[in-house]
Amino acid sequence: MIAEYTTAASVMHAAEKVRDAGFRKWDVFTPFPVHGMDHAMGLKNSKVGWFSFLGGVTGYTTGMLMIWWMNALDYPIVVGGKPMFSPFSAFPPSYELTILFGAFGSLFGMLFLNRLPRLHHPLLKNKRFALVTHDRFFVVIECDDPKYSEAETRKLLEEAGSRHIEVIEE
Amino acid sequence: MSATATQSAVPANIPQPPAELQRIPLVANGHGFGWISDRVSSICEGKAPLWWWISFIISFGCLCMLGFMLSWQISTGVGVWGNMHPVMWGWDIVNFVWWIGIGHAGTLISAILFLLRQRWRTGVNRAAEAMTIFAVMCAGIYPALHVGRVWYDWWLFPIPNSNSIWPQFRSPLMWDVFAVSTYFTVSVLFWYMGLIPDMAVLRDRAKSKLRQFMYGLGALGWTGSNRHWSNYEKAYLILAGLSTPLVLSVHSIVSLDFSVSQLPGWHTTIFPPYFVAGAVFSGFGMVLTLLVPLRSICKLQDLITMRHIDLMCKVTLATGSIVGYAYSMEFFIAWYSGSPMESFHFMNRALGPYQWAWLLMVIPNVVVPQVFWFKKCRQTLWFVFIISIIVNVGMWFERFVIIVIGLHRDFLPSSWGYFSPSKVDICTYIGTFGLFFTMFLLFIRFLPMIAISEVKGVIPQADPHHPLGGAKVEERVPDDEG
Repeated sequence: MIAEYTTAASVMHAAEKVRDAGFRKWDVFTPFPVHGMDHAMGLKNSKVGWFSFLGGVTGYTTGMLMIWWMNALDYPIVVGGKPMFSPFSAFPPSYELTILFGAFGSLFGMLFLNRLPRLHHPLLKNKRFALVTHDRFFVVIECDDPKYSEAETRKLLEEAGSRHIEVIEE
Repeated sequence: MSATATQSAVPANIPQPPAELQRIPLVANGHGFGWISDRVSSICEGKAPLWWWISFIISFGCLCMLGFMLSWQISTGVGVWGNMHPVMWGWDIVNFVWWIGIGHAGTLISAILFLLRQRWRTGVNRAAEAMTIFAVMCAGIYPALHVGRVWYDWWLFPIPNSNSIWPQFRSPLMWDVFAVSTYFTVSVLFWYMGLIPDMAVLRDRAKSKLRQFMYGLGALGWTGSNRHWSNYEKAYLILAGLSTPLVLSVHSIVSLDFSVSQLPGWHTTIFPPYFVAGAVFSGFGMVLTLLVPLRSICKLQDLITMRHIDLMCKVTLATGSIVGYAYSMEFFIAWYSGSPMESFHFMNRALGPYQWAWLLMVIPNVVVPQVFWFKKCRQTLWFVFIISIIVNVGMWFERFVIIVIGLHRDFLPSSWGYFSPSKVDICTYIGTFGLFFTMFLLFIRFLPMIAISEVKGVIPQADPHHPLGGAKVEERVPDDEG
């Protein structure tokens, strides 16, 4: 069931009501991230940071180990009497690899947590829903939520100020 | 909705600050969400306008010249360039450092200003990030080609080769390989991530099946779900946090190519911060050169407002002054160090045969941007445009001064020389502009040049606690104690 709202404040209040009613399988769709919506929906802090951290640690370790193995172990060459391996000269490339792998971790971690890319979504077939990237806000409650009942859920969303509510079949 | 409506939405009994303290809105004329989508998307919808075709054909012509020049250079050898003993780094490295410096403004706008919560960045960040990527592409050509035998470029990467020799990581040139390739990759990731929700906008507006499919592919099935936004915003924040040390490190490492050597004029500790400031300075020059005409041609005056231009001029002024400080500090240290080689180098820089280049560096970079202290100068568009070009010229000569003057008179007077570019040098340089502008024109034609969803997020309508965002306005009773 999708309910359309026209302002950021009204969709925020609707989200708070749906959260307090105890729904689990529901979501809010907005054209831009609405500040404070995570709290209104009762979402926890995103886990993307762990992926970036893992990427960063992998990058730094890869850089240091690679340089040590290549220049000090596999094919050592004396250059100006300098040590075969020094953490200082190995730092800049390792630092760059930390950032590189960390960035890959963030982007792909975000896509993984969001289960994207996704080639098909039932909502994307709806003409009205296409306005979500334009100027409308939607609250979507899935029918298989244990709290869901067609009449009462509709009433809840209407009381929260929605003018347009429809049920989308998958 | 007009500007007066913005004012009247605030209840009369809340005291308003005086007019001069009112923040100028980031999107002028109180436009709403729909207007932003329509305005930005319309640039990449419909037929390409005449100005686009004319500029595209010219740019593409230059790009073809670049292809010809590079083929000539590869098939003949680096001798077609003006590089000659003692100046073995000529226009190739000058142009490399110049182009990569230009890229820095994009990352500064997208990452550092994001962390600093400078909300005005939303109007300009997409175009600036695109500029970064294309500038780094132009920059990458030079180090790849100047090695002479291009087919051995893969030796730069840690890939096993038939001699079982690995890259030598004690050399700053190897650090540079990692810095520049990471910079390019992370810039592309950051740029693409910002594009995901905006490609969804174009997908949902698309009239033809092909456009729907192509933008749909780019949008990766984005629906605008808040559960997605939550992860997205966190990832964006982390990418900004990672790009900030990255952008500072890239030009620092580029400067280490010079300062780790023992040449007077190069061997200085001031180089990393000085290069980074210069990079941001030249990058903002290029952002202004691109956006001042584009905002008029594409009718984006309400999205890239005079306030945006004003702020960018101020950043140009600030970084230009840092560069000026670095120039004078170099001279001071040359005298204070007591090193005769160092003193000679700087006397030679200011009074030697390349004095003209030194003046072309100091006057455009230090003296000219000082006009931005005056509001009138920051608000006159044609004037800002001219200054931005002068800044780009000045920064090009900064690299020329550092590289060519640094090399042309080294320790042995018997090996002194004078560098002049060849025709191939000049045509290759013009050709890189062809590459840059071809890419940039394709970008504004096919992708939204303003971050639609980010701009929507900074207008008052997006704030659930603002009257325009739908918040109920309650009559506020003045405190009894107050």
